[in-house]
Amino acid sequence: MTAPQATRAETVCTHCGQPAAAGQRFCCPGCHAAFDTIQSMGLGRYYRQRLLDAGSRAPRPEAGGHQELERYIVTGPDDRHTLSLAVDGLQCGACVWLIESVLAREANVVAGRVNMTSRQLRLTWTGPVGDAPRLVDAIERLGYRLVPFDASCLAAAQDATGRTLIRALAVAGFAAGNVMLISIGLWAGEAAGWLTGMGPATRDLLHWVSGLIALPAIVYAGRPFFRSAVGALRHGRTNMDVPISVGVLLVSGMSLSETFAHAQHTYFDSAITLLFFLLIGRVLDHRARGQARATAEQLLTLRAADVTVLRPDGTTERRAQQAVAQGDRVLVGMGERIGADGIVEQGSAPLDTSLVTGESLPTDAAPGSVVFAGTLNLGAPLIVRATATGELTLLADCVRLIEAAEARRSRFVVLADRVARLYAPAVHAAALTTFLWWHLVRSVPLEQALLTACAVLIVTCPCALALAVPAVQVIATSRLLRLGILLKSGTALERLAKVDTVVFDKTGTLTEPSLALMRDGIAPEDLRAAASLAAHSRHPLARALLAAAGPVVAADAAMEIPGQGLRSGDTRLGSRAFCDVRSGTAAEGPELWFARPGRVAIRFVFTEHLRPDAAETVTRLRALGLSVVLLSGDTQHAVGPIAQAVGIDEWHARCSPLEKAERIETLASAGKKVLMVGDGLNDSPSLSAAYVSASPASAADVSQTVADLVFQGANLAPVAIAIGAARRAHGVMRGNLALAIGYNVLMVPLAVIGWVTPWVAAAAMSTSSLLVMANSFRARRT
Amino acid sequence: MSVILYLLAASLVLGGGGLAFFLWSLRTGQFEDLEGSANRILFDDERD
Repeated sequence: MTAPQATRAETVCTHCGQPAAAGQRFCCPGCHAAFDTIQSMGLGRYYRQRLLDAGSRAPRPEAGGHQELERYIVTGPDDRHTLSLAVDGLQCGACVWLIESVLAREANVVAGRVNMTSRQLRLTWTGPVGDAPRLVDAIERLGYRLVPFDASCLAAAQDATGRTLIRALAVAGFAAGNVMLISIGLWAGEAAGWLTGMGPATRDLLHWVSGLIALPAIVYAGRPFFRSAVGALRHGRTNMDVPISVGVLLVSGMSLSETFAHAQHTYFDSAITLLFFLLIGRVLDHRARGQARATAEQLLTLRAADVTVLRPDGTTERRAQQAVAQGDRVLVGMGERIGADGIVEQGSAPLDTSLVTGESLPTDAAPGSVVFAGTLNLGAPLIVRATATGELTLLADCVRLIEAAEARRSRFVVLADRVARLYAPAVHAAALTTFLWWHLVRSVPLEQALLTACAVLIVTCPCALALAVPAVQVIATSRLLRLGILLKSGTALERLAKVDTVVFDKTGTLTEPSLALMRDGIAPEDLRAAASLAAHSRHPLARALLAAAGPVVAADAAMEIPGQGLRSGDTRLGSRAFCDVRSGTAAEGPELWFARPGRVAIRFVFTEHLRPDAAETVTRLRALGLSVVLLSGDTQHAVGPIAQAVGIDEWHARCSPLEKAERIETLASAGKKVLMVGDGLNDSPSLSAAYVSASPASAADVSQTVADLVFQGANLAPVAIAIGAARRAHGVMRGNLALAIGYNVLMVPLAVIGWVTPWVAAAAMSTSSLLVMANSFRARRT
Repeated sequence: MSVILYLLAASLVLGGGGLAFFLWSLRTGQFEDLEGSANRILFDDERD
């Protein structure tokens, strides 16, 4: 194993960094051409400055069919055309530079700018609309893949809320800073009162100015809270925003009337600072839950391609997926995804159903077979009569399943909300009691009593509480993201911390997603010869064979017979029947035969490989006090050895997807909190039945969308890392809440007896918030 | 003490300027691609 790897390291393609045949500078003509193009443009610096990222797609140019671009082009009034494209294969800053430099050379390109965060290219040009394919092609020839998308529907949905929140934050920050500045003058004047004193006229002036800055800002920046509070009250519920809104409004109104009455204390500064701190929490919270999910959804959107519909008169027409009607005949070319559920009318081809089922081996489709939207045609063109389209397809069903899972999840009460449920009534009761006690028992004037009650509301206002959870979430989530673990739901962290049982699926989860060749008794030269044929096919077994052989030169004049195999002259690679083998018995797993004239046919057997750290991870999970279960749809014979190898005692074979989900429900009803780790569509029901779920990034798209957590790479360790990090983050969150509540317990009595003047309130509020923020950074460590 | 009037006005104008500047930068998308800007600075412009 080591020797071929060493040679591989020496011969990597100069352009894409993928293995190349020995002695070759490039792995394929495409890379060679890309290299020449870049050099001829004088952009050779690209190669010195870039850093190839093993995690993303290598920049190897692929010959692809032309995409429909026209639908996505927006033409402005001054005859400028704009096109938004998602870029696949961005490695680092150098790629951004390369793409932008190449586009800058085009005379008619007004702007071509890559957004590295969202991996999107925005292209603006003048002149003919028909120039788009040429420009896109220029970038694709460098090895990037571009997919057009409708910017208006993505960008609009993406972040309207986020922008509102940040604008509110900016306004609140501006007002809070200025009002606080004035307040310091007021406090100083008050403290110096027995020396020189601040005249009542100056004090009134400063109160007025504070009010004029604070009130409009409160109205503007407080809207997110007021809206949510009104919404909650309308449904007869209460949330954290109710005490916030009541507190802020009451305090502002009170301060305004105090200003009119030329009184000594106003609380404009507290009200606006409070909103400022709360908005920080809100913005962090929005970041934590929004970003990751938006990325996943966007990817799913991008997969939705156009469909070719065959008209009755024999001509074809490209239509959006939603525009296909039931009964339409859809033409599916080789390498194209089927756009609608249907029945094959004509043609036969192997289909890659991994997007839908997670199954790595293709299934064959022939006239009469039922096919599903989202499967990939690996062979000859098919004509499919659509039976269900758009909202009715299996994929859409899965999306509905996902929505159901989301709804189930939203019933999970977040830690912060549970605190809020107790908190809001307690705060209001305390303020009311204070007011009644001062007014009725101690008989102070109404205004005085109301002011004291307001002080209680201010010091209890939950800014530290509002920061406690989102700050930790953002810090922990971004740390996990850097380790290749994507948390998709805002509450995943909290649920993950409580897990006590981990259920694994076998294929693709405990084992590697791709099959591996069993090398025993196969001569290297035979393997290479077979691989040179296999290089022509996209069949998973052919690709596994190619991966095992390393770089080879592709055979001449090979042709693929869909569903059977490949042939080049009299040499054949394919199924047992295709290679005309009659002796021996079929292998346990999938097999490929290689037949050459005058020689004995060779059999290649493929098997599943455990992920390298599967056993270690299971041990680690045990050490964390979790029980580990293996549920698989495979045979007893296949599951047993795997379970033994990784050290799982409790395993069940031959589970149908429904049985898996039922077993998880049973565990849940026994009070267990289950983390389900699975990868196929057949796992989706169990993924959504589980308390929290995880999928490897190689999983079927549907599973990734259902899962709370998606992890990248060949290792299983992220599962254990994520649980560890979640537990730690949960600990920090609880610490934060304790800090915030402890501060309230300390301050409320002071407020009740009327000792909290505006400056005490402001100081206490800021310290507790800063303390909570500082504590949150503990979540960064593992 | 009339100086306080000037100072208040000055602080508001300066602060308001900062706010307007921030809102402008937000609207023109300067915060859309923080990762890209961090990398972009490492490469020279291709405008000869």
